[in-house]
Amino acid sequence: MIRAEGIFKQFGDQEVLKGVDFTFESGKTNLIIGRSGAGKTVLLKILVGLFPPTQGRVWFNDIDYTNLDKKGILAIRKKVGMLFQGNALFDSMTIEENIRFPMDMFTPMTPLEKQMRVDEVLERVSLSGVNLKYPSEISGGMQKRVGIARAIVLKPKYLFCDEPNSGLDPKTSITIDELISDITNEEDITTIINTHDMNSVMEIGENIILLEAGRLAWKGNKEQVLGTVNKELDAFIFASPFLKKLVEAAKNNGKNSLENL
Amino acid sequence: MKLRYLSDLGKFVLWQKEVFRKPENWGMYYKELIRQMYDIGIGSLPIVLLIAVFLGAVTVVQFYYQMEGTLIPPYYIGYIVRDMMIIELAPMVTCLVLAGNVGSTMAAEIGGMRQKEHIDAMEIMGLNTSSYLIMPKLIAAAYVVPLLVCVAAIVGIIGGYLASVPADLFTQAEYVQGLRAFFIPFNVVMMLVKSVTFAIILVSVSCFQGYFVKGGSIELGAASTRAVVYSDILILLADYFIVVLLTQ
Repeated sequence: MIRAEGIFKQFGDQEVLKGVDFTFESGKTNLIIGRSGAGKTVLLKILVGLFPPTQGRVWFNDIDYTNLDKKGILAIRKKVGMLFQGNALFDSMTIEENIRFPMDMFTPMTPLEKQMRVDEVLERVSLSGVNLKYPSEISGGMQKRVGIARAIVLKPKYLFCDEPNSGLDPKTSITIDELISDITNEEDITTIINTHDMNSVMEIGENIILLEAGRLAWKGNKEQVLGTVNKELDAFIFASPFLKKLVEAAKNNGKNSLENL
Repeated sequence: MKLRYLSDLGKFVLWQKEVFRKPENWGMYYKELIRQMYDIGIGSLPIVLLIAVFLGAVTVVQFYYQMEGTLIPPYYIGYIVRDMMIIELAPMVTCLVLAGNVGSTMAAEIGGMRQKEHIDAMEIMGLNTSSYLIMPKLIAAAYVVPLLVCVAAIVGIIGGYLASVPADLFTQAEYVQGLRAFFIPFNVVMMLVKSVTFAIILVSVSCFQGYFVKGGSIELGAASTRAVVYSDILILLADYFIVVLLTQ
């Protein structure tokens, strides 16, 4: 469980987060949704410890992460995996070297054990056989999967994903969502995903918060999204003119809510 | 502007605590150290050799031009070339060149890693990136740059020979006599002190510029330029202070 307690963040004069309180539950895919500039990435980076909050605390179970010393922070980070928006794969290393890097650095595993683990996680993300390719030699979707493989190679307790679907086609996005959701359930890890993709919300959103201008505007789960009366969430969902037209068409046919579509 | 320099200086001093933290995995640091030694040493060798040979050659020809027709014996030119290469030209010019070559590469490499979130990814794995990315470079440069400077000094002296003896400016015996005359071993110590100091300056400044880069490719280019300019200025300042301190 990860708990954000009264998180404020200010960059110069600009207040990006204005008191966010929320508990991200264990064994669930927790989603942070919101429009671009709402503060999603900043919140995610505060949770993971890349930015210190201006005010507030982050708790990993009963440990106050924001007040830990460097040694404590490093100890928590060894239980964390992260998938970055741009993947952050080391481009001068092969896929195999990328995935092996955390094991080389932090484990006393033998080369054979590392090789087996690399093959295992690559198989888990359906990418067997790309070991010796470089990140530039594979597609964006494959890079995302390598990013997931690297994030889970040390069996983390917490998985953070920053816009895992950005730049991907809808079908690949669904594959990535399902993969993250499956891994979360199989490994019983706390997953926090930062996204503005409504497909992800409806597919894997077990615990969702909506950020609007740095404030928590709504919280719930994917079942509650459809019947919402929250104006901010409504505006977020129906930001697309196509969806608006679809709803209008449904209303004209006597169907009054999204559930009836 | 002045405040920014002071703030950068403070940040740099505080950063050293992170840079010299105990490694998480000695083996990985060692591998990185060897890679850096190869990159700095072998990677820079051709340019260092080229510059050194011409430095020696030009020094000989210019001193011959100035001393021709005077009562100063020709073998003095060998002596002057040897001491100029050892005391000044080999350490300073080599390190100025390395600041442009190695320093800008380091700033661009680390800055690129910052921009592509590689550093964040390593931090989240639990790695102390200040230490892993900087310490091996510092140690590698502190070992390899003095070696490069020694090679530069020797090649410079050879360059002086090639520019003078085959051109009949004076005889081989005179040049060798000059090389062996008035030799003060402490000058070699001074050369090594300079090399190590300059190496630490150029790596620290360049890595600092790269590590804390913000913005996009324009800022990365500016950081690379700053790395070279600041390294060069600090190397020249350090050169002066070392000479003053060690020749008193």
